[in-house]
Amino acid sequence: MYPAPFSYVRVATVAEALAALAEHPDGRFLAGGHSLIPAMKLRLAEPAILIDIGRVAELRGITLRGRTVTIGSLTTHDQVTNSDTVCGAAQVLAEACAKVGDAAVRNWGTLGGNLAHADPASDPPPALVAAGARLELQASTGKRWVAADEFFSDLFLTALASDEIITAVEVPATGPRTGSAYLKHPHPASGYAVCGAAAVVTLDGAGRCESARLAIGGVGPVPVAIDLAALSAEAPEQAVVDAALADIEIADPLSDPYASADYRIRLARVLGRRAILCAASRAAG
Amino acid sequence: MRESIKISVSVNGRRCERAVEPRTLLIHFLRDALGLTGSHVGCETSLCGACTVLVDGAATKACTLLAAQADGRSVTTIEGLAPDGSLHPVQEQLWHHHGVQCGYCTSGMVLAAVALLEREPQPTDEQIRAGLKGNLCRCTGYANIVDAVHAAAAALAER
Repeated sequence: MYPAPFSYVRVATVAEALAALAEHPDGRFLAGGHSLIPAMKLRLAEPAILIDIGRVAELRGITLRGRTVTIGSLTTHDQVTNSDTVCGAAQVLAEACAKVGDAAVRNWGTLGGNLAHADPASDPPPALVAAGARLELQASTGKRWVAADEFFSDLFLTALASDEIITAVEVPATGPRTGSAYLKHPHPASGYAVCGAAAVVTLDGAGRCESARLAIGGVGPVPVAIDLAALSAEAPEQAVVDAALADIEIADPLSDPYASADYRIRLARVLGRRAILCAASRAAG
Repeated sequence: MRESIKISVSVNGRRCERAVEPRTLLIHFLRDALGLTGSHVGCETSLCGACTVLVDGAATKACTLLAAQADGRSVTTIEGLAPDGSLHPVQEQLWHHHGVQCGYCTSGMVLAAVALLEREPQPTDEQIRAGLKGNLCRCTGYANIVDAVHAAAAALAER
């Protein structure tokens, strides 16, 4: 099963990548290719030219500066999963990347490629929304930053402009008395998330919720941040969390023969509660 | 004449230079251009793992990688694991433990297991099952494959 014919150019720097994109507006960036190539084989995408950024060294790597973990967009899911920095300062993202595909897919699939693809059933997007991350986007005219919860606009659509490239993801490091977790109900055949729940919880000195963030993937067309104001100053106990999640709303829920919209929202409540309780227990240390 | 690009890939230790269409997938480069048909084409959608090879030592689904992405890299296929005819411990133990029935998944399963043992020389059942999650076998039920990987780990540790 071959993709439709296309031209191919390999670039070595971000500047070269942006220049190539300016020259070929109908081109697409190729990172690991593990979302794009299957789409091209199915002729869901037929770019005239692929601009291979897979060897742009400046886009790869993980650094912790101050309270921010910066992950280059070409960093693979495997590298994110096995990074001591990410496991320590952004556990929710390490757990989400560990649940992408399988070992071979994680060896090639990149964080930036995953985000640009914007599959609604993907694992990293809700983790980044819950963590309060932002994406660094670069065009030839300069850089801008977009919050993860504003980046995804619809099924497979994002805020990335046609002349931009994702260069990095910046994730706030979790502070003291803070825990995070990502839980997933995978589709039994594809492994994609029917529902994924990402939670970040900070407790106060008395063990009550000082702040709690929850984001749900797989249910709506984009990852959805859930309002948890009701948890403020409450003890993180099952009945309390269940009450806070009793009426959650997710616009335009997906529905298919495996999981109806109602079932997905039910999963969001159950996995959301479990993720919050797991994050809270990690916060309590 | 369609556009072609020149690539140079080290396959099982042998440098292979070819001109390929940009859309040539690594699996077709290996099977059709080089005649190495031990790596199989299964689902074509990176789910089944029959096409698994090692690229720079990392398990890779060759149906989901352009040959151009492997340019300048080292690829190991099932043919490269037993160059002199003596089986690799993973192959040997799959045989002993009856971890093979029809054999279609086996070459990919072997390379995935080799990559797993490289990273985790003494894996638990759970680690083996997680490491082989991307390799589907419709015959064995997996139990014998897991046993074989344990035995291969022990055999490699004795070397």
